[in-house]
Amino acid sequence: MTKIQTSFEESVDRIQEGDTLIVGGFGLCGIPEKAIQALAQKGTKNLTVVSNNCGINDWGLGLLLENKQINKMVASYVGENKIFEEQYLSGELEVELVPQGTLAERIRAGGAGIPGFYTPTGVGTPIAEGKEHKVIGGRQCILEEAIQGDAALVKAWKGDAYGNLIYRKTARNFNPLAAAAGKFTIAEVEELVDVGELDPDFIHTPSLYVQHLLVGTSYEKRIERKTVQQV
Amino acid sequence: MSSQRENIIQRAVKEVEDGTIVNLGIGMPTMIANYIPAEKNIFLHSENGLLGIGPYPAEEDVDADLINAGKETVTVKQGGSFFDNAESFAMIRGGHIDLAILGGMEVSGEGDLANWMIPGKMVKGMGGAMDIVQGAQKVVIIMTHTNKEGESKIRTECALPLTGEKVVDRLITDMAVFDFTPSGMVLREVLNGADVKTVEQYTEASFIIDEALTDREGKQ
Repeated sequence: MTKIQTSFEESVDRIQEGDTLIVGGFGLCGIPEKAIQALAQKGTKNLTVVSNNCGINDWGLGLLLENKQINKMVASYVGENKIFEEQYLSGELEVELVPQGTLAERIRAGGAGIPGFYTPTGVGTPIAEGKEHKVIGGRQCILEEAIQGDAALVKAWKGDAYGNLIYRKTARNFNPLAAAAGKFTIAEVEELVDVGELDPDFIHTPSLYVQHLLVGTSYEKRIERKTVQQV
Repeated sequence: MSSQRENIIQRAVKEVEDGTIVNLGIGMPTMIANYIPAEKNIFLHSENGLLGIGPYPAEEDVDADLINAGKETVTVKQGGSFFDNAESFAMIRGGHIDLAILGGMEVSGEGDLANWMIPGKMVKGMGGAMDIVQGAQKVVIIMTHTNKEGESKIRTECALPLTGEKVVDRLITDMAVFDFTPSGMVLREVLNGADVKTVEQYTEASFIIDEALTDREGKQ
């Protein structure tokens, strides 16, 4: 029943060339930094990566970009990364920009078995081009399809051997959605606790969504924009 | 900060009513938070999964796990909550956000908004803007009235790709306040020493002048 694994290198072996990979995190907050590093080391190529952002030049998903492991990126905002810009402009990298709420809901739907949904988000914009339109309740909507991942990489604060997870503050972001939408979910945690220690009332990701659980050590948790109170 | 931006922010903060849920866009809108009077009890929503943004932290309280949508380190206000991104946008699309204040590149006389891409330039992405303009109860756009070349950013039709069609409720610039109504764009206020004539001169889109405003101007 235990899902505990000890090697990130072996865990990311589950990810094959050409896979669609959903990765949790918002900016650099709550990213699965250990699994990304292991995947960069492994060098698995031709990946489609679904994640809100694409890291920065030398950290997070930026490491996979640097190695040219990503063929296609599905994201809502990619403005923080120079390598991204170069690969996009040279045509090496395919990009699908998705409104953030639509991206979150497409991943949620993927995990929840909903093939698609209608939303007013993006109507009248370039995002709506080529999509089915339908008026519902007097409101023009477009059809958006669910996203499922061959695998998902997520980062939590605490987890147990069964794979129950609790996230911390805004590091939750896309992680629970990614966990549910990945056919094979690799979760990394800062702290492994005994089964029974997490209060069932406060579990964010129930165990069944997680296939591998690993404990990461010495997290860097880089900050993109450190802002402090002016004194 | 330029006085132009300062003036826009000073006017925009008056939109924030006591006891409401407000989402502030990245950049100039985020700065509005610093001007909200302490006696107003506002919950600021951040689309990455936080309701109740507090002030920036003291140096020793900086927490990498606690950021706003602009990826700045923040704190959480008492009574605040954290949630995932799907829930965050359920709040937005579900109409649970009273007011959103966002920046703009162009606004049309019909209330269309363009604020996410300039063709030919590297596209960074729309983030949550397209969802927010569709879902918030009231959408207020703040921007300078003209671009660097002195041309009107309030256009008969937006030239830039849209963020949303007919989504703007109110537009605040350094010169004027407009509302978008079923009968068209209405000039409600002139600001910072501008008069109706100047506003007309720098506004490409046609607009109706609020009668109350005509009365006030007439008395001057």
